[in-house]
Amino acid sequence: MLAYVTRRLWQTIPTLLGVVLLVFFLFTWFGGDPAYLLAGKISNPEQIENIRRQLGIDRPAYIQLWIFIQQIVTGDFGESWSTNEKVSAIFATRLGPSLTVLVPLLVIDTLLAIAAAMLVAYVRGSLTDRMVMIGCTIGQSISILVYIIVFQYVLAYQLGWFPVQGWGSGFAENLFRFSLLPIIVGVIVSLAPDTRLYRSFFLDEINQDYVRTARAKGMSETRVMWVHVLRNASIPIITNVMIQLPGLLAGAFLIERFFSIPGVGREVILAVERSDFPVIKAVTIYVAIATMIINLIADLLYRVVDPRVQLK
Amino acid sequence: MTQAAALAIGVQRAESPGLWTLAWRRFCRDRVGLASFLIVVFFFGLMVASGLHLIAADWSKEVGVNFAPPTFVGPAISDSGPTAPVAAESPGIRPSADPGEIEIVDPLAGVLAEIRAASGAAAAADAQAPTLVFGGDRWGRDVLKKTIKGTETSMFVGLVAALLAAFLATVFGALAGYYGGWIDDFFNWFYSVFTSIPYLLLILAIAAVLNQKGTLTVILILGLTGWTGIFRLVRAEYLKHKVREYIQAADAIGASHARRMFVHILPNVSHVILVQLSLHVVLFIKSEVVLSFLGFGVGVDTVSWGSMLNEAQSELILGYWWQLAAATLAMALLVTGFSLFTDALRDALDPKLK
Repeated sequence: MLAYVTRRLWQTIPTLLGVVLLVFFLFTWFGGDPAYLLAGKISNPEQIENIRRQLGIDRPAYIQLWIFIQQIVTGDFGESWSTNEKVSAIFATRLGPSLTVLVPLLVIDTLLAIAAAMLVAYVRGSLTDRMVMIGCTIGQSISILVYIIVFQYVLAYQLGWFPVQGWGSGFAENLFRFSLLPIIVGVIVSLAPDTRLYRSFFLDEINQDYVRTARAKGMSETRVMWVHVLRNASIPIITNVMIQLPGLLAGAFLIERFFSIPGVGREVILAVERSDFPVIKAVTIYVAIATMIINLIADLLYRVVDPRVQLK
Repeated sequence: MTQAAALAIGVQRAESPGLWTLAWRRFCRDRVGLASFLIVVFFFGLMVASGLHLIAADWSKEVGVNFAPPTFVGPAISDSGPTAPVAAESPGIRPSADPGEIEIVDPLAGVLAEIRAASGAAAAADAQAPTLVFGGDRWGRDVLKKTIKGTETSMFVGLVAALLAAFLATVFGALAGYYGGWIDDFFNWFYSVFTSIPYLLLILAIAAVLNQKGTLTVILILGLTGWTGIFRLVRAEYLKHKVREYIQAADAIGASHARRMFVHILPNVSHVILVQLSLHVVLFIKSEVVLSFLGFGVGVDTVSWGSMLNEAQSELILGYWWQLAAATLAMALLVTGFSLFTDALRDALDPKLK
């Protein structure tokens, strides 16, 4: 087990290096001269030269790359170009609001999707199943933008059930007042594709021999579905949930933007609008690192769920 | 004579139908698939006709009054009387933590609208209709024509980006799966680098770097980042096919590596690529809409479903729902049609799956 974890961590180094190189070359070669971005419209060559020296971009590429790697290791990406806030501070303060919205969203969505998928998989081929599937297909085809715009307009603006947007200072206030509508919208948007996906996972299992054996033994349908089928279908479900986890750190871009939630996602959009490269670089690198670690945890979880899985 | 005919039939019978003939027959039996295929063809025709300026060429003409309601709703009862107070309080409903950050997207939009409306009114005051088929936008442009134009942009971006992604994925996947060894390692490394950054974050990062809007930019962003999913499948197919007998036979008759890869194996894996292509068109259309909505997508003078939704967001508060409805309907119809078409395509091409 320990050997496996060590080896896997060792294997992530080339990938991580690749991400660092990708981000570095993307921003260095295609990003244009940041000095011009920073100096603004009114600038003289002296100023630009100054900024270039401060950022270290007058030095050769390999030194810049070294500086970048040092930044990643120490976590010190300097200051944001537009607000002069420390990048590490931005990340630390924006993560909380993102997680406040996204963790309940992911939990509620996953539980609802599993329950709905199991139900329609159980009555597969029936009218209910077909209606739910058609509903999911149509629901999935409507842009997330439309859901947000319409829900915000109808439920918050017209009916006044929720605040239109905003964010408070207390955790409880944020979770139970400001996060409610974003969570509802998020659940509705992700429920349709997840239900469809999980239904196919359940269908793969439901026709297996062990299900017939369990029924033949006289087990109740609840036990067959909730214990035998669910446990076997949980491996692909875990994969799917795990894929979504790194997204928690990157924030929910659109939801945070519409509801003015000061999370990572909104920060990234603002950074893209202002060409605030340090912020984008930092978020990209750290989310990539988190993705790799989460992938490792996912592989370890498979072992817990399915003892047949061999970690090699 | 009859003998010859019988012989001809016999010869025909001896020839077994190919993969595509069989797939087409299976596809024709699928009624939902056929209906969705018609929807896709209809939108495709719309895109081509609009691209050739056969329809909706005059979409930017201000043919109606500002925010002309749809014909089936009837003309507005009083002109802008009730809307003014709502418009005045609309900034108030956005108690943003740092004010002016969101609303400041286009400070000149209002002024521009006034100027345009004034000049438009002066030029064609008598020609402006009180109602339009599916309503008008802020400048009195026909929403229906705008939607057709938006369909052209969004679908074109989706199709070309999907073609680009599928092309990259096929070349990468073929090389990795066929050669194996360090080439496979290299492409797998490339793959894991791209997939360790969440999709939307990667797209936004590249949009930030390129820092220029335009249809071509969006196509490049989506195509260059979206190949990973197809790559994995194509690679797996090549791994499977390269050890089969027909490739050994091709090797024996002296076919080159490139010929074996792209003449012998490619037709046998093309159904996988086709299904993925169809799947990615939908994905890219959705992504384009989000990008254009956020203002990182198509240029300001191009209309897409994303830019329409962006306008519709502020219009909705004033009670003008038709642009939102038009863009949503068009997109939902196409995406539903395309998704069902993809399902039918998969069932038809890969009958083992179901």
